[in-house]
Amino acid sequence: MAIVTEAPKAGFRLSMLIYDTRYRSITIQIVVLLLFMAGAAWLVDNTVRNLQALGKDFNFSFLWNRAGYDINQRLVEYTNDSTHGRALLIGLLNTLLVAAMGCVTATIIGVFVGVLRLSKNWLVARLMTVYVEVFRNVPVLLWILIIYAIFTEVMPAPNAFRGEAATSSMVLFDSFAFTNRYAAAPEPLFSRSLGNIDIGIFLISIDLLAIIAAITGGILVNRAIKAHATRVQEATGVRPVTWWKSLLVLFGPLLVVLFALGFHLGYPELRGFNFVGGTLISNSLMALWLALSVYTGAFIAEAVRAGILAISHGQSEAAFALGLRPGRTMNLVILPQALRVIIPPLISQYLNLTKNSSLAIAVGYLDLRGTLGGITLNQTGRELECVLLMMLIYLALSLLISAAMNVYNNSVRLKER
Amino acid sequence: MSTANAQSAAFVRREMLAEQEPPLSERGVIKWMRENLFSGPLNTLLTILGLAAVFVVINLALPWLLHSVWNANSVAECRAIIAERYGEGAHGACWAVIRERWPQFLYGFYPSSLYWRPLVAFLLLFVALAPVLFAHLPRKMLWFSMAYPAVAFWMLWGGSIWVPVMVMAGFAIGWFAYRVLLPVSGAILASIAAVLAPVIWWLFLSGAVAGALQSVLPIAIQSVSSDKFGGFVLSITIGLCGIAFSLPMGIVLALGRRSDMLLVKALSVGFIEFIRGVPLITLLFTASLLLNYFLPPGSNFDIILRVIIMVTLFSAAYIAEVIRGGLAALPRGQYEAADALGLDYWRAQRLVIMPQALKISIPGIVSSFIGLFKDTTLVIFVGLLDPLKGITDAVRASIDWKGVYWEPYIFVGAIFFAICFSMSRYSMYLENKLKRDNR
Amino acid sequence: MTKSVFLGTVAAAGLCAGFASAATLDDVKARGELNCGVTTGLVGFAAPDANGNWSGFDVDVCKAVAAAVLGDATKVKYVPTTGQTRFTALASGEIDLLARNTTWTFSRDTDLKFTFVGVNYYDGQGFMVRKDLGVTSAKELEGATVCIQTGTTTELNLADFFKTNNLSYIPVAIETNAEGEQQYLAGACDTYTTDASGLASTRAALADPENHVILPEIISKEPLGPLVRHGDDQWADIARWTLNALIAAEEYGITSANIDELAKGTENPEINRMLGNEGDLGAMVGLDAQWAYRAIKASGNFGEIFAANIGESTPIGLARGLNAQWTQGGLLYSPPFR
Repeated sequence: MAIVTEAPKAGFRLSMLIYDTRYRSITIQIVVLLLFMAGAAWLVDNTVRNLQALGKDFNFSFLWNRAGYDINQRLVEYTNDSTHGRALLIGLLNTLLVAAMGCVTATIIGVFVGVLRLSKNWLVARLMTVYVEVFRNVPVLLWILIIYAIFTEVMPAPNAFRGEAATSSMVLFDSFAFTNRYAAAPEPLFSRSLGNIDIGIFLISIDLLAIIAAITGGILVNRAIKAHATRVQEATGVRPVTWWKSLLVLFGPLLVVLFALGFHLGYPELRGFNFVGGTLISNSLMALWLALSVYTGAFIAEAVRAGILAISHGQSEAAFALGLRPGRTMNLVILPQALRVIIPPLISQYLNLTKNSSLAIAVGYLDLRGTLGGITLNQTGRELECVLLMMLIYLALSLLISAAMNVYNNSVRLKER
Repeated sequence: MSTANAQSAAFVRREMLAEQEPPLSERGVIKWMRENLFSGPLNTLLTILGLAAVFVVINLALPWLLHSVWNANSVAECRAIIAERYGEGAHGACWAVIRERWPQFLYGFYPSSLYWRPLVAFLLLFVALAPVLFAHLPRKMLWFSMAYPAVAFWMLWGGSIWVPVMVMAGFAIGWFAYRVLLPVSGAILASIAAVLAPVIWWLFLSGAVAGALQSVLPIAIQSVSSDKFGGFVLSITIGLCGIAFSLPMGIVLALGRRSDMLLVKALSVGFIEFIRGVPLITLLFTASLLLNYFLPPGSNFDIILRVIIMVTLFSAAYIAEVIRGGLAALPRGQYEAADALGLDYWRAQRLVIMPQALKISIPGIVSSFIGLFKDTTLVIFVGLLDPLKGITDAVRASIDWKGVYWEPYIFVGAIFFAICFSMSRYSMYLENKLKRDNR
Repeated sequence: MTKSVFLGTVAAAGLCAGFASAATLDDVKARGELNCGVTTGLVGFAAPDANGNWSGFDVDVCKAVAAAVLGDATKVKYVPTTGQTRFTALASGEIDLLARNTTWTFSRDTDLKFTFVGVNYYDGQGFMVRKDLGVTSAKELEGATVCIQTGTTTELNLADFFKTNNLSYIPVAIETNAEGEQQYLAGACDTYTTDASGLASTRAALADPENHVILPEIISKEPLGPLVRHGDDQWADIARWTLNALIAAEEYGITSANIDELAKGTENPEINRMLGNEGDLGAMVGLDAQWAYRAIKASGNFGEIFAANIGESTPIGLARGLNAQWTQGGLLYSPPFR
């Protein structure tokens, strides 16, 4: 190994580009670069010529034209007079919404199922195995369709809530109604609202900001109280009682803000064809959310199970020897360690869930694929721009998620010193 | 033991007691139930919840399944039969739709007289896979495995036998060129020739030769155009082509990603991350909407082929990551040993690294195949008739079967489950076997 | 092994790749097959049966064109297209003719660069509701949930209609007609809106058609017709005049039953010109003299095609209405064959 023969000092010969290991890698890279550039140029050239032949151009100005179609599920203001660009934004927000909700519930389902699958309870362990295998081995599209069909077929129509002889009734003190179109829930209203700030793209409610500020402030102060308690404990050995202080700072400001804003709930009521006056959460969103959650949950359960099994048996034995009960052993000893094994597959499951949310069109949920890659593409006929833009957005989304999760992964990784 | 002692202490029992049954709670079903179902309050609660869940599912599904109808010509007839047999208002499954339309779910619109051909291709697949999967089979069978793609192509699409034969001949030509040039001009020129010769053959000569051979020796079976493909034939074709074609690409990408050459590495990483970052559906859109822009003006080919190309690219990125995992799992010593033997890069890869890395990667490859196979249902969004939505909608579009909802989904879901579940079990078995091997 | 497969397919792709040039007619003739874009399945207009044989109103247009050009009505490859893929398929040359109940609009004709060759069905967008809702006019649909197929002009019409009437509604986007029906029947939407012909066929196929009504408002004009790419006028002419021949044949009483007799020669010079006994109309569009004869022979004249696929004797049960001949008070009016 150590005997590195000096290359002969003889002059450079052309064949050395291939046969001399010092130059070969450069040669190969240059060839690869040339091939890559040639390929890219070929594609671009073809595209330009094809566009010319079709008499089309490549520009994104259509995003500023009037969209003309309606979207029923929207997080920010949108009407059919808005632009295609805004429809894109609605779609993107819808994608983010269902992906975020899906990731949270899928994780919860996954952790529970993964732990229960290892449970000593014969029945529960078997049931969980059945759940995991059934959901993992069938296409997610099928689950989306089936769950949506269950929502449509099994839930009552809003009509069933009407009149004296109503066959269905609202639940939880007449505040929630589950129909085969949507779930109607009460919406928060503020009688002394502070209005909105327009930040250009959409409006932000000052009420919401005030509430967030109150909660954040409460949490920060609570932390300070806890830290102070810990300091007192370290100094004196006695921990001061803090629970009532915590309670006060956590909820006090929030209640004050809510009262000041005149918070009350707007209950949905059946008027005309539909419920009005509450928040309507469409079934397409719920079906998609549920389907993605249970499907991805099955995969996460497997990752969790593998993670737990990867923790050496000695850890749980040590915990038992310390007198910890099984539940606390799991919470305090096993799961925190298993987390390190679980997170990398979890990242890829989150990414899969986000990507699978593009199947939303099967249930008519207008996500990014439904607005930009669906209706806008169709109405404007600009498939090249729309599909490329859609790919870029999804790519950016995936990279962001994996970047964020990798930061988290690094923070929980075993720090070797 | 002395008898005196025993007699002196009256409280000492003299004869052995008969062995008693363990108490009721410590034996048989009860013990098992106590330990496995009701060992604590939490477990009891879980058991009760589990039983409740099972009960709900059975309560919903069982009557429906029990009231199944297998013989009917339309949904209306099904409903009439159910109402007649089980009383008004009874719900029941109408499996008659499956009974009448199952060939469509399996074969799409493949000509019914030729159903044997996809079946033969499918069965031969196992013959071709056997030597790969089971090491103790004779190595000669690998020749069949190599020829299998041509056989399968001919079976599925039909037409003149000379087309797949000529395509295969290209590989023979490449190998031949390599062998002839190797002693004359050295490895690098020989490799270049081995790549160029088949390409030239395929592009300029094979068509003409195939035509000529066909006119001399016409061997052909009825050709089936790809618009007749649908159902599981379509799914399996796309899935298998995707995974098979993506393997070599995946290997190259994985090697590229681990390469020391910055540019090669950057390109590989870029490609892999791009493909993995976008949903398959956008790639399918690319296949159906954009590929026409990217290819030379006027060129235009089959949508199935375009979908297969995009699916191949898609799965190549995933396979590359699987193989990269396999490469990373190899002990460093293997690489060093190969270097120490004086093997060059490709020899080291071919003789030492890849055989081991691929072996470790097989479970991962199987699970990415399962994923890909499930994802083939998305081709409906570009207008191909997949079994799940495409064929189901086509069946439901006929007036007889309007309103049949659950049965086709359950049928298709069950087939998907059977295939994917057995594959995942196989991959688990393999994983266990490999684990033992490495120990 | 696997590497071989990949390269093999690329080569096979090269072999199968067809090359479209400017003259679609030559391509179709060379291929011996007409690639015709249709829906993925809409009963009456284009749907495959259990054996994969396509039939329907739009399919018969494809057949007529194939018969005129290739002399054989069976030489058609039906390419199922979705609302999204149809225009790209046509623009890219994957299909030669799109007969997929597509609305003729300004922007599609100009901006998307297509040529509509005529109208084979005059349609308009309507609403279907359950009778027990007690709704008699679409203007009473304030706050209703409306099922609507995405990717069609109906979506925009709907938004416009509710906007001009100052009404609110909740749209439910669906992908296919089958899903729309499902949702509507389950009560997941109060009303289903699409082209009136589609509504009629959907309603006709319901178990209880008497409980559903189609509201009187027709909120849009939907002239549906076959279309071809811009830039090949000869091919557009062939498609246009094949369609016209079907329409004119009904006007002149040429049916698939009497066409053989009429083809021997008649008193009417226009029929003679159409069927190739007089003049050389065929040569003017680059076909032989018998082209129109074969087109009509394939599935009959316009009236016969209508009656066989979507007419009142079929389950779809559509009345001729606007689609009657101009002599019968309809809009069908073929320019003269001269």
